[in-house]
Amino acid sequence: MKYKDYYEILGVKRDAGADDIKTAYRKLARKYHPDVSKEKDAEAKFKEMAEAYETLKDPEKRAAYDQLGSHTPGQEFRPPPDWNQQFAQGQGGFEDIDLESLFAGLGRRQGRAGARAADYPMAGSDYEAVVRLSFTQAFHGTEIDLELSTLEWSPDGGARRVPHRVKTRIPRGVTNGEKLRVPGKGGKGVNGGPDGDLYLDIEVADHPVYRMAGKDVYIDLPLTPWEAILGTSVKLPTPAGAVTLKVPPGTRVGQELRLSGRGMTRGSGAAGHLYAVVRIEVPTVVDDREKALYKELSETSNFNPRAHFEQEAA
Amino acid sequence: MSPAPIEDAMYIDAFAEVTWSQIVSASGLPESELRELVRYGALVPQNPEAPTWTFEARSLVVARTASRIRHDFELDPHAVSVVLCYLERIERLEAELRALRAERG
Repeated sequence: MKYKDYYEILGVKRDAGADDIKTAYRKLARKYHPDVSKEKDAEAKFKEMAEAYETLKDPEKRAAYDQLGSHTPGQEFRPPPDWNQQFAQGQGGFEDIDLESLFAGLGRRQGRAGARAADYPMAGSDYEAVVRLSFTQAFHGTEIDLELSTLEWSPDGGARRVPHRVKTRIPRGVTNGEKLRVPGKGGKGVNGGPDGDLYLDIEVADHPVYRMAGKDVYIDLPLTPWEAILGTSVKLPTPAGAVTLKVPPGTRVGQELRLSGRGMTRGSGAAGHLYAVVRIEVPTVVDDREKALYKELSETSNFNPRAHFEQEAA
Repeated sequence: MSPAPIEDAMYIDAFAEVTWSQIVSASGLPESELRELVRYGALVPQNPEAPTWTFEARSLVVARTASRIRHDFELDPHAVSVVLCYLERIERLEAELRALRAERG
């Protein structure tokens, strides 16, 4: 079993009082709790500090932890010979167990005040996992393999960490920040209790061309000035395949050309839309012939985009 | 060896509505505290006068978030309801921001 220094994780001394431990945890939780934090790796950091606090806030668990001695974090160690009898009521060996599982098991035993777990049907825990998808996977749906490491409880109240794999079909049309539920794929129920559910937090990576806004999808449509003025037809990529888009004459920059129902599609519900946002690009290098034509146009055209400035100035 | 079965992940809103017992089970919070959250308006039954409450499917997520912040921040149900209100507002603003960014590129 690898050692974790719970005091170091919370940034307190080994002889810190209960209030100091609570304050240190609360300060860190405010910064790293995944529901409120945008810090990088907030979830992993919070998990670590929550594990440390769960043990150190409980006097009995803290005493048991202190009896493990002080080791270098990450170092393999074994509890002292009499530790098991003193704190874990003779729970089995320390193989396949980590520090978190060890103290979680301890908590359950204490909480049950000696009653046997066999007397109670207990629902399995719900699990949560972050799933990162590409835009294409989110749009079309995909299958993923999730490797979960979960705590499972034995009838005698002991805990052990169990790796398990869940192959999951993600439906098409999931959006950023969405939560999905996989019924019955959380922790195993004990003594006939129902299994927990697995919740998936969806994160969709940025795509170089498409931008997702809920069910709608946006794409930039670069046009030349003359295409915007005269109108044109362009071959436009869409997540479901290229289409020909007719650009009407007199199209302005920033205008959104809507392709109905070509956004994210889910189940039998209404599909989102695809918006092509017009950008007008100008050539930075022009040859003499082009320059002459632009000059002629400037002398011929009455178009004045700053007419309202003149009214203001008058 | 037979291939591992594929489990279907479901949209939360694929469930038209959820029952009170589903909310209790998903949150892991005591019923008394969940009733307080209903009193403070953090969880809204579809028909508060009905003998058995049902909720919009999204309430499952709200109840689970409530449980997390209740436990992790050691807050009482009233404080939980205030935090939930702010989180919902942040979520809405973030969605608006995402939409604006997508629109503007």
